[in-house]
Amino acid sequence: MIINLNLNDKAISADVVPERLLVDWLRDELGLTGTHVGCDTSQCGACNILVNGLSIKACTMLAVQVDGCTLLTIEGLTKHNELHPMQAAFRDNHGLQCGFCTPGMIIAGIEIVRRHGSHVDAVTVAHELDGNICRCTGYQNIVAAIIDGARRMGASA
Amino acid sequence: MTPFVYHKPVNVDEGLARLKASSDGAWLAGGMTLLPTLKQRLREVTDLVDLCALHDLTNIQLGANAVTIGAMATHAMIAGHPDMFPALASLAAGIGDPQVRNRGTIGGSLANNDPSADWPAAVLACNATVVTSAGSFAADEFFTGMFSTALSEGALITAVHFEKPARAAYVKFRHPASGYAMAGVFVAVMETGVRVAITGATACIKRWPAAELALTKTFTNESLAGLAFESEDMLGDIHASAAYRAHLANVMLGRAVAKAMV
Ligand SMILES: Cc1cc2nc3c(=O)[nH]c(=O)nc-3n(C[C@H](O)[C@H](O)[C@H](O)COP(=O)(O)OP(=O)(O)OC[C@H]3O[C@@H](n4cnc5c(N)ncnc54)[C@H](O)[C@@H]3O)c2cc1C
Ligand code: FES
Ligand code: FES
Repeated sequence: MIINLNLNDKAISADVVPERLLVDWLRDELGLTGTHVGCDTSQCGACNILVNGLSIKACTMLAVQVDGCTLLTIEGLTKHNELHPMQAAFRDNHGLQCGFCTPGMIIAGIEIVRRHGSHVDAVTVAHELDGNICRCTGYQNIVAAIIDGARRMGASA
Repeated sequence: MTPFVYHKPVNVDEGLARLKASSDGAWLAGGMTLLPTLKQRLREVTDLVDLCALHDLTNIQLGANAVTIGAMATHAMIAGHPDMFPALASLAAGIGDPQVRNRGTIGGSLANNDPSADWPAAVLACNATVVTSAGSFAADEFFTGMFSTALSEGALITAVHFEKPARAAYVKFRHPASGYAMAGVFVAVMETGVRVAITGATACIKRWPAAELALTKTFTNESLAGLAFESEDMLGDIHASAAYRAHLANVMLGRAVAKAMV
């Protein structure tokens, strides 16, 4: 099936089979391996990307379903060689150790700011990370990074 | 996943025709239950008929005393609707996680009738009406057993109609990993009396007649003294035994009543 979409600010057209998962298509066919696969139960959030501005699990959507949509993956966040404020906040707050969960955390963080604004508090952030699993950090620094990222996004908006 | 044919109908009639013409097809709504099942090869389909282009099915029509929620309204749309009945909005906001809520729909949840799902509790306690392409069902007739409903083969849920309860609340004890209810209680004060629905504890969503009777007399936690939830089809697994779930049902009901009073 032919699908047309906007991926990381580029209009693209592709031929995909219906049973292709969105995450497999991104990783295996487009080489966008920043979106990770951490589970097969739709619970870990390592595969989070933004579809039409909403964070979704790319492991639980078919590639054919994004026909006509606008997608943003972790690869699309960096502009003119400058990290997105949420990415920079993760680096500065030591919001990662192995980094496996990080792309999904950053996407979830951006969604949190969209929904709760740049003055979001730590309790809300922790609650909103329900769909993201990290096996390294203990979450403290992830929450701190998202709070900091939120403030930076507010300042740059 | 094994191969299948993908359809994206632009109206309900086309969808019904596509599904009917398939040998073993299924509707695809949010895919939050269906796609994991297909991925794990617990199920195979010949066709998927995606409901995503049927935009009318996401409508939420809110009146002063009733709300009609389209089957394709996502949990996030319902939770975020500014005038949604509070008990429904808070139930929707507690389903799974934000990414699940951005995709998962009320129609998919009702069609699936998972014994631990949240929406069946609201629908049964409020005696809501499930509107389908093959007639409407009162909640008392809709949920027929574990993962089964009165929905006829190939039919489509199009909407759910709720009358506004005078008071209502939903409280669940979340499974720590999935968020599904280990036991969840929806209590609703309706015109006909109080209705109590228990999810997560039994093979299929259930009302609790003794609690309804007691609460219809006096809507306080005290009137529940001495009541204990029991059923022939209690669920028990490594996460929680049947006795533990029955106890949880009691505790969740007490919390739901307290929450409904504020
Ligand atoms: C990690 C995770 C956590 C979750 N936690 C919870 C939770 O805490 N509580 C909870 O209640 N649920 C939970 N869910 C399930 C979630 O709410 C699903 O969205 C819901 O059960 C199914 O809705 P869907 O739109 O995704 O349906 P789909 O997965 O697309 O479809 C499910 C079934 O319903 C059928 N169907 C779909 N729409 C219709 C329709 N309109 N008419 C007729 N048949 C239809 C499909 O053919 C399929 O058989 C969770 C899911 C995940 C992945
Ligand atoms: S890989 Fe998508 S949720 Fe785990
Ligand atoms: S940093 Fe390793 S899983 Fe989160």
